[in-house]
Amino acid sequence: MSSQTGTSEGPNIIKRLFIKVGVLPFFLGIALVVFTFLSDKFLTGQNLLNVARQSVYLVLVSMGQMLVLISGGFDLSVGTAIALTSVVSATGMVAMASVFPDAIWLAIILGAFMGFAAALMIGLVNGVGVAYFEVSPFIMTLGVSSVGAGLALFLTGGVPVSGLPFAFGDTFGFGRLWGIPVPVIVALICIIIMWVFMSRTRLGTQVYAVGGNIKAAHLSAINTKRTLMLAYIICALIASLTGLLLTARVESGEANLGGTIALESIAACVIAGVSLRGGIGRVENVVLGAFFIVLVQNGMNLAQVSSYMQMVLLGLLLILAVIFDQLRYRMILSGN
Amino acid sequence: MSHTPLVKTTALSKRYPGVLALDAVDLDLVAGEVHVLFGENGAGKSTLISMLAGSNTPTSGEIHLRGQKMAFKSVADAQKHGIFTVFQEFSLIPTLTVAQNIFLGKEPKRGPFIDHRAMRAEAAAMFAELEFDIDPNALTASLSRAQQQMVEIAKAFHGDLSVLILDEPTASLTDREVDHLFKFIDRLKADGVGIIYISHRMQEFARIADRITVLRDGARIGTVNMADTDDAALVEMMTGRNISEIYPKIARQTGEVVMQVKDLRAPRLHPASFDIKAGEVLGVAGLVGSGKSRLFRTIMDLYPRQSGSVTFRGHDISRSPTREIIQAGVYYLSPDRKHEGLDLAKSSNENLGLNPVMARTNERLRGFVNWSAIRTATDHTADKVELPQSYRPKLVSQLSGGNQQKVLFGKAFGQDIDLYIFDEPTVGVDMGTRAALYLLIKELAEAGKAVVLISSDLPEVLNMAHRTLVFAHGRISAELSGDDMSEDRILKHFFDETGATT
Repeated sequence: MSSQTGTSEGPNIIKRLFIKVGVLPFFLGIALVVFTFLSDKFLTGQNLLNVARQSVYLVLVSMGQMLVLISGGFDLSVGTAIALTSVVSATGMVAMASVFPDAIWLAIILGAFMGFAAALMIGLVNGVGVAYFEVSPFIMTLGVSSVGAGLALFLTGGVPVSGLPFAFGDTFGFGRLWGIPVPVIVALICIIIMWVFMSRTRLGTQVYAVGGNIKAAHLSAINTKRTLMLAYIICALIASLTGLLLTARVESGEANLGGTIALESIAACVIAGVSLRGGIGRVENVVLGAFFIVLVQNGMNLAQVSSYMQMVLLGLLLILAVIFDQLRYRMILSGN
Repeated sequence: MSHTPLVKTTALSKRYPGVLALDAVDLDLVAGEVHVLFGENGAGKSTLISMLAGSNTPTSGEIHLRGQKMAFKSVADAQKHGIFTVFQEFSLIPTLTVAQNIFLGKEPKRGPFIDHRAMRAEAAAMFAELEFDIDPNALTASLSRAQQQMVEIAKAFHGDLSVLILDEPTASLTDREVDHLFKFIDRLKADGVGIIYISHRMQEFARIADRITVLRDGARIGTVNMADTDDAALVEMMTGRNISEIYPKIARQTGEVVMQVKDLRAPRLHPASFDIKAGEVLGVAGLVGSGKSRLFRTIMDLYPRQSGSVTFRGHDISRSPTREIIQAGVYYLSPDRKHEGLDLAKSSNENLGLNPVMARTNERLRGFVNWSAIRTATDHTADKVELPQSYRPKLVSQLSGGNQQKVLFGKAFGQDIDLYIFDEPTVGVDMGTRAALYLLIKELAEAGKAVVLISSDLPEVLNMAHRTLVFAHGRISAELSGDDMSEDRILKHFFDETGATT
């Protein structure tokens, strides 16, 4: 009780903030200071706007990843869902465009649905494996990730699918609505839907409950298997949407899209305070977490850190975030 | 035997920041006696033995072993002086064999290599001497909890044993295994070993205890000879209040049959048939492992069902999944609040809110949660279970066991339930909280709900239930009510091998 003096007041506030929101505010503060110091172009309105636009893809995937993490698992196959969506939808659009040369939007929509269907299969397989066969999410999604990546390469022979309808890239890759880039609008809509889903719907509450204690959830009349399925399916579908946006951006169907996004999205979630044990996590923090990752990448680019070194730093950041997550969980459970 | 006690503590105290866990306790243990430590959770029993075992150091006071002052630096240090402790949490490694576990850290060697043959032979010899029927080559994970307990004791046994401390050793043993353990304790007594025995089960004391020391709130209330005391006196010493103040009288207004179980068959259970009636508290008594919990978990589809029918308010639920059974109006309170009952990393309010959310009451829009209505409901529930205001936004992990149990109990409210199945509802809960929970059970029963009270605590069943099913060896060995429901009668049926059907 003697520690209630002025000097320990500061650490106490830091500790309480850390327990409440996790490590993100601290990382964000450090990153802003370091990169502002390293490059005078970093803290400019133009650059931050740029970061916001670039972060759209990671923000989307991270929200899906968050859903699976909160349910108590994780999804390593998000990158594969993106790649498969990209090649399937691109192939579909090219094929449909030759069938309906006069109805180009019909071809785009049909192609997009083929992409969604491919990702749905990924989500379904993940969900069935984890929920019904109780395969560890790590192995299940790692296996599916290999299967999906192999299929994407097999379908295209490793060659990018080109000749996409011009309107597709023009609208979803580079288009603007009311002066705002279309991908940003898509992301904003998704953020709002996810926020409502997680905090206002019964299904969202179920995901939290299943991740927190699956046996207790079972005894609260929750269909735990269906809830797990749902998490993996939504995650794959959001990744698929991201895959479409990326395909529009690069204007071709590529099997190597989303190569590092599984790691990045998990890092974004963990930094944003999503617990790796499930049950804990908030949409708004995850959005900020994904933004932070892109901000760090942008800062490293401006500071002319080589892309190889960036991989090293990103991995270290993830490990650091997990260590802090561990500490935080211990603090929560010990009740200090 | 001798005048110097084996172990003697004088004014032993342990202070943690803000709490005095143990307050100047004097205790003496003489060779060849079984000295029971009795008290509620948090009374200081565990703190006391942790210091004797060497895993904790006293703040003040002294420990004497055979008249010599001791300061144990570690569990290993205490063991070197002949004090062995079997804690509730086992120290066995499930992936190793029994023999490997027993010799962990002191394996017999041949040159630089472990001599597995000698290890197995020694372990087998040891089990033969202790008359434990355990295969030293078996994987520890494949043993029952009781057998693991035996291995744990064997682990303590090899060495120079003079004091054995047992922390709730019978909590998970079947009656036969308890007999075995007690026979073993008798032999140790005869060899002059002093035994400190912690247990909540008063029915065991008469069988093995020589003296009983009662602790309450960290202080020693008194030490009595077993021959000079009885249950009522012990409970009064433990709680500081009379037994009749703890258990409320529940008016019996038996209504219609709510649930009818006919010939329910499941693995490790004999076919069971019985009725549950509205407005009645049905007690379910039996030893751990007698199948009393298993039967109701089977009804809830938490364990596999084979055949037979379960009718709940006219509907057959013998094939329904747990979810649908709950939605039909049956609530099951798990005995394991940490693993099955609560989400520890969430607040009390969030835990209490889950069932109302799933019950879909107060939904303004289908599928959307009306959080303000849920909040009103959880506030109401928290008031009902007397959970202090300041605990409600706190994480459940930060609450005491008693308050956690209140939260778990609270989850039973806020939804439409006709049958409450409480499986060990007061396990690990102090008497004050117990009294509050019993009042809630009374309230439910008198409001015309059907209540099933599964409990290993015999006084609880005796005082709360209107009618009692007694379980032995996976079958209902008796159904008793009214004056037949006496301690003697129930205990007799605990060990009933014949299984007279009701």
